[in-house]
Amino acid sequence: MHEDENNKLHSKSQTLSSDTTLESAITGGDIDYLPPQELPDQDLYHSHSWWTTYVFSQDAKYIGVQYALTAVGTGLIGLVLSWLMRLQLAFPGLGLLEPSAYYQFVTMHGMIMVVYLLTALFLGGFGNYLIPLMCGSRDMAFPYVNMLSYWSFVLAVVVLLASFFIPGGPTGAGWTLYPPQAITAGTPGYNGGIVLMLISLILFVIGFTMGGLNYIVTILQYRTRGMTLMRMPLTIWGIFTATVLAMFAFPALLVGCLMMTLDSLLGTSFFMPAMVSMGETLDYDGGSPILFQHLFWFFGHPEVYIVALPAFGIVSDLLSIHARKTIFGYRMMVWAIVGIGALSFFVWAHHMYVSGMNPWFGFFFATTTLIIAVPTAIKVYNWVLTLWKGNIQLTLPMLFSLAFIVTFLNGGLTGLFLGNVTVDVPLSDTYFVVAHFHMVMGIAPILVIFGAIYHWFPLITGNYLHEGMGKFHFWITFIGSYAIYFPMHYQGFVGVPRRYFEIYDSPYIETSTIGLNIFITIAALVVGFAQLVFLYNIILSARAGKPSPKNPWKANSLEWLTPNMPPEHGNFGKELPKVYRWAYDFSVPGAKEDYIPQTTPPSAVVNAKVEQS
Amino acid sequence: MTALIVAHIIVIIAVGSVVFHFWSPWWWTEVASNWGGMDSTILLTFWITGFVFVAILFFVAYCVWKFRYDKNRRAEYQPENKKLEFHLTWVTAIGVAALLAPGLIVWNKYVTVPEDALKIEVVAYQWGWKYRLPGEDGILGKTSIKYINDENPFGLIPEDKNSKDDLLVDSDELHLELGQSVKFELRSIDVLHNFYVPQFRGKMDMVPGIITFYWLIPTRTGDFEVLCAEYCGSGHYAMRGRVIVDETKEYKDWVAQQVTYEKFLVENSNEKTIKLVKN
Repeated sequence: MHEDENNKLHSKSQTLSSDTTLESAITGGDIDYLPPQELPDQDLYHSHSWWTTYVFSQDAKYIGVQYALTAVGTGLIGLVLSWLMRLQLAFPGLGLLEPSAYYQFVTMHGMIMVVYLLTALFLGGFGNYLIPLMCGSRDMAFPYVNMLSYWSFVLAVVVLLASFFIPGGPTGAGWTLYPPQAITAGTPGYNGGIVLMLISLILFVIGFTMGGLNYIVTILQYRTRGMTLMRMPLTIWGIFTATVLAMFAFPALLVGCLMMTLDSLLGTSFFMPAMVSMGETLDYDGGSPILFQHLFWFFGHPEVYIVALPAFGIVSDLLSIHARKTIFGYRMMVWAIVGIGALSFFVWAHHMYVSGMNPWFGFFFATTTLIIAVPTAIKVYNWVLTLWKGNIQLTLPMLFSLAFIVTFLNGGLTGLFLGNVTVDVPLSDTYFVVAHFHMVMGIAPILVIFGAIYHWFPLITGNYLHEGMGKFHFWITFIGSYAIYFPMHYQGFVGVPRRYFEIYDSPYIETSTIGLNIFITIAALVVGFAQLVFLYNIILSARAGKPSPKNPWKANSLEWLTPNMPPEHGNFGKELPKVYRWAYDFSVPGAKEDYIPQTTPPSAVVNAKVEQS
Repeated sequence: MTALIVAHIIVIIAVGSVVFHFWSPWWWTEVASNWGGMDSTILLTFWITGFVFVAILFFVAYCVWKFRYDKNRRAEYQPENKKLEFHLTWVTAIGVAALLAPGLIVWNKYVTVPEDALKIEVVAYQWGWKYRLPGEDGILGKTSIKYINDENPFGLIPEDKNSKDDLLVDSDELHLELGQSVKFELRSIDVLHNFYVPQFRGKMDMVPGIITFYWLIPTRTGDFEVLCAEYCGSGHYAMRGRVIVDETKEYKDWVAQQVTYEKFLVENSNEKTIKLVKN
């Protein structure tokens, strides 16, 4: 049986290689030579029933959309929670929330946005949709596992949201879930909500691992002929590196969650020292709360890059396509992505400068953290140099990319404050930190997500998104979120601590700071309203938007070169595309058009003076 | 037209941010400890990062306007410029080093406690503060969670001789002497907390099971608020205390009013006896 299959594979690959013009290539006669396909064409599962088509679909594109919609739906809950928090902060007199509800909302908002929205949307959503299309493969390597990945994610979301409906409510431990408070009286949801949170995270990691293995194997094994690693669009490089990071980082979260679950349910003492809780001496002894922080941030810091690297990759592609210009310094960009990814495992304790770990670690982690600024800065330079002497079309994807540069630059630079251990001391646990991480891993990547949705919406639905509503959405979101988070840094300088249900009229805080709080809350509500317009635009345009032609942005990458738009199951019709160049041949001198798709063989554009491919 | 508007808005964001920085009323409170070095490092960081922020945004605004779309024009074709990329890399590296070096120098001071520093224990609990001074021997007696009860709220180990003269401040108000360096020995009896006085700049988490520390020299007298800066449950926001920096005389008066552990035990047992008698 086994040997039979092997023989079949062998003969299949032989027929494949006999197609190619190997001989002429060796003699140097054919400039269009490509190495033969190494793997046999994928045998896809074709759905037969309603269930396998619309629910348990194994088509990566469909799974991508499922992931995206679930993530956005969960994210909307996170958005509403943030409005309630902002109302409490601006108008404490209204008595809108109890302290426990406030802390529960803080926690759920944070966890939802970081894990269930951003991670799931970038990797589960964009990853699934784009990897097979951009690499030129029919589907993910393991479509069935991919389907399981999505449904594990759904289960994780259900468990997470179920905690709103149990006695005691969801956990209010803060999204970092620091023990001992996470599982002791004094914190809301300390016996029920926290356990559901931990179980939900464990399910998420399980689901994510199934998806992540798919992304990695597909990118490494199922690229089409000619798609060398250094020809891949930066979107794929970003998603690939982020997935590798996730495979190393999530296990730390997983064991942290498992150990805390045991501490909570079975009374083990992994993270629990001897302590008194509400006047009672507990049975715990000998555990280390800081150990949890190390595990959490060994996951948590790479997590920042798990969100940021796909955004870096996507925005590089958007800038290049809409500026009609080759991405500047592609090789440097790839190495910067890989370098940032590797370094991100050596900086985690910069979240712990004042955690009580040995303070001498501060020297090491401040140094590594500031070193990571160098490749990050290179990426920023290369983005803005891509604009230099470009032919910039101010389409919605381009506008969002520009807004990304502004907000990411701002958030990246404030990272130099917090990464530099001394400067972190007065600023840590204040609103400066809140402003910094929202700017750099909230707003900046979300602006890329919006840009990406405006960019790829025609591919997914066949229609453009409405331009007017898009412009409205763009300006309100960009200016509004800058107005929220830029002044917030200054509350941090004043010394307003984060995670305060109410600040009272503290003697050191000027009363005008309260006025600033009201301003920020109004800005947050306005930005939130613009998101409703965006959702309306999505629904309206998907149903009755302006139809888009094929390859509306004149891009080079493979996803736009499918026989059908939107692409069908199997993506590329009968034959897989052949790739002769990278995705960035824009405005090549001597070429007829200002773009050369990746599938255009050199013999078709002999006059084009291509430097790098 | 659109290009001009977008370019202008980017410039306005850059300039507006700088204007906000200099003219908004929100800034740190005057420092009250020797950690003014942290403020100067922040200012240095502001100058360098502010320059980069404005320079890059101006560059972007210029590109958006100057290289706006024209269907009769082609973008320049330049996939790489190794020389430029190399120069940008080392300039950035120097900028980063210029931020890091002074930061590490101040950090080195922050983690090196002077020998003559007076040790003061800060005890955090859900949700409040209390303090302990070492008494005449200058040594804080050992403590353990196991010993915490109504008669021994600090959990001092009774067998430890050093604890007898320790002064127990069972109140959220602490006094410090102007100019006297202090090492805060930070202890939590339940969950994580953080002893934070905005004017002192210093911060360190308090972790049950271990003693953490930081040190400072108060440089001006005044009445300052203590806040908890590490989330510790639903009363976190209300966990406030006071630190009052006194001239030497007032400080000595305050110390004289505090009760030693020994005296505390006697008073406690007296109270008990009274209670028993009453019953």
